[in-house]
Amino acid sequence: MKKNMNGQSILRIGAGASYAGDRIEPATLLAEHGDLDYLVYETLAERTIALAQLDRIKNPNGGFNELLDQRFYSALPHCKRNGTKIVTSMGAANPMGAVKRTAEIIRELGLAPMKIAAVMGDDVREYCIQHRDTLPIMETGAPLASLNGEIVAANVYLGADGIVQALKEGADIVITGRVGDCSLFLGPMIYEFGWPTDDWDLLGKAMVGADMVECGANVSGGFFADPGYKEVPDLANLGYPFIEVEKDGTVSVSKVEGTGGLINRATCLEQMLYEIHDPANYITPDVVVDFSAVELDEVGKDRVRIRSGSGRARPDTLKVSVCIKEGWMGEAEITYAGLGGLERARLAEKVVRERLAIGKVDLQELRVDYIGMNSLHGDASLPSDQPPYEVRLRFAGRAAKKIEVEKLANEVETLVGKGPSSSCLPRKYIKEILAVYSCLMPRTATKHQVIMTEVTA
Amino acid sequence: MIFYLREIAHARAGDKGDTNNIGLIAYEPAFYPIMVEQITSERLREHFKGLVQGPVTRFELPQLYAMNFVLERALGGGVTRSLSLDPHGKSYSALILTIPVSVPEDLSLKLLKAGRKPLRDDV
Repeated sequence: MKKNMNGQSILRIGAGASYAGDRIEPATLLAEHGDLDYLVYETLAERTIALAQLDRIKNPNGGFNELLDQRFYSALPHCKRNGTKIVTSMGAANPMGAVKRTAEIIRELGLAPMKIAAVMGDDVREYCIQHRDTLPIMETGAPLASLNGEIVAANVYLGADGIVQALKEGADIVITGRVGDCSLFLGPMIYEFGWPTDDWDLLGKAMVGADMVECGANVSGGFFADPGYKEVPDLANLGYPFIEVEKDGTVSVSKVEGTGGLINRATCLEQMLYEIHDPANYITPDVVVDFSAVELDEVGKDRVRIRSGSGRARPDTLKVSVCIKEGWMGEAEITYAGLGGLERARLAEKVVRERLAIGKVDLQELRVDYIGMNSLHGDASLPSDQPPYEVRLRFAGRAAKKIEVEKLANEVETLVGKGPSSSCLPRKYIKEILAVYSCLMPRTATKHQVIMTEVTA
Repeated sequence: MIFYLREIAHARAGDKGDTNNIGLIAYEPAFYPIMVEQITSERLREHFKGLVQGPVTRFELPQLYAMNFVLERALGGGVTRSLSLDPHGKSYSALILTIPVSVPEDLSLKLLKAGRKPLRDDV
């Protein structure tokens, strides 16, 4: 940790990724020029682990983040040189597999000795299967057993505890499966400052700062630009953010000088409210965060300091994402343009609906969109005086069996020669549905484990 | 004068399961009372015409001149099984900004000076 002008220790944590497929270069730039103590890669959306689990079934050495190689080959040499530790959820469905691969990369790059920790314990599929008759689904209130499909994966959102333990045991790199996004940032803070894990106001205050960067560049100008209203300088070279944490939990957000994007009150506010519900009760595994009195000060160029976050005791339960195979989804699209294009698209819709009936195609739900008119906002779309010059007609259907959605897609594809005139080539997509449901389990029913791997020279 | 909400506020939307939330932020503190008065949960539900099946709740953060709307049963059964092209409802931030709002005269003049166009001239 560095010291600031007042001699206080400042912990600097960078946000190098906020989803599985995130860009590589900005994280490498942070590793090289960010003067970081820690670099965090958060890579798990709700469904990511279930998809990774399906990969792992096919390949026992897989099931972790597919970009791990690219990320580590480019960033690890900088991290080693700068003394930057890494905390990441790239382990997905196979943290030990990710550790093994990382060890190979370290040896190949000649960076040994290094210590890599896997944080395990988030996989609670067995627990959920055992308790499926009693565990209620948050969305419906009915027990897990009411779901019609195989449980592919069930992962509990662990808190920062496992990460703190791994750092105490000397890890240079900590690789986890499912962990609360903000907990990836909180772990290093608790470890470095020696914070008590029941000082709720302190943890809550720090978590407001962690929340600012858990979606990476969404706070530094990503997902923000609206020309004429909200300009973002040099968006192509968007810089990913870092936070500077003080011992009392005060957090400032900034980014590397010379990178694109911007950080100000407006970008921080959009990110702060993103995916929260009641701002006074944001539940994380480590603390219930209260954003309701937060104030944001622009203290420099691309630099915002956060005040007045607080917190309350963490809940006795932890959230579990349960992933179920729920049948198949098929989508197909075709475009009509020119005079009468909309009328031809409408005729095409009618023809497909009739052919689905003729073929007795068994769909649970069918949706038809006119892309360019109302596909996103339906009847709430702003009206237009003129019909669109082009219309992309989209069909989407859900069915228990793959063959039924394939039939739907084929009825759209064959419109080219057997439907209205002047359509252009369609595209179709078929995918298995992995539906995610949530339930709560007692905190005491699960425990994290840390497995350390030492890579020697 | 009547302006689109877009002229006085910006927004971002996100998801959790079948619930969508929209953070709405006034460009200037003076615009915040317009939001409080006119962008109610009921007004939002009406404007979204059937997209939201469950309750809409509004949380206010006056010191930040911002508010957060929580829209339940708003994502066609949830991100992972919805047939929608926007299963996360991320484009709902663009939809909320199409709500027309009535802006007091002094603030309307300010908007006109900044080159913003009113939707209608009546008050």
